[in-house]
Amino acid sequence: MEFWIELVVSVFLVIGAVFVFIGSLGLAKLPDFYTRLHAPTKATTLGMGCLLIASVILVTYQQGYLSLHELLITLFLLITAPVTAHMLAKTAMHHQLHITDKTEDKELSERARERMNP
Amino acid sequence: MLSTAILIATTLVCLSLILNLWRLFIGPSRPDRILALDTMYINSIALIILFGISSATTLYFEAALLIAMLGFVSTAAMCKYILRGDLIE
Repeated sequence: MEFWIELVVSVFLVIGAVFVFIGSLGLAKLPDFYTRLHAPTKATTLGMGCLLIASVILVTYQQGYLSLHELLITLFLLITAPVTAHMLAKTAMHHQLHITDKTEDKELSERARERMNP
Repeated sequence: MLSTAILIATTLVCLSLILNLWRLFIGPSRPDRILALDTMYINSIALIILFGISSATTLYFEAALLIAMLGFVSTAAMCKYILRGDLIE
């Protein structure tokens, strides 16, 4: 295998895995649910994108044709992550979970809780 | 170099799975546990893709796609369930 393809694939793999790890670390460490929601839905999705780009490059090099299977998974994750985050945030507001003291404009969460679906 | 990178990436993803499992156990509320499960299925997709890269086969991408779809549907169903109390109104 050529050196530069191996280098690019390795760099993408390590960056993607580091982002996935940062997402899970945020899920474990952050103080309340609304801050915890940020880490997996953003950092983990970016990390998965990097891993799948590495996979696209490697499979395209190995098989000799352009392989776009993996972009389908990336597209699906990019579409579903915000929907999941929105539904989880609505659920958390409905259950009136504890909000950490540093949050600004806490009283807006009450109004958002009362709002019905259109 | 590629095998070292795969080893590092697999170690990091497995550590993230352990952290998610910890949050799944201690999570003080039900949305926390749903979020931990959601992150766990995304991380297991990452693990499947790393296994596919290391064994140089494209057989596993369909499995990863299937896990992505079913994971999203199950997360949406659990959110709806604890938001409203039933799934189909």
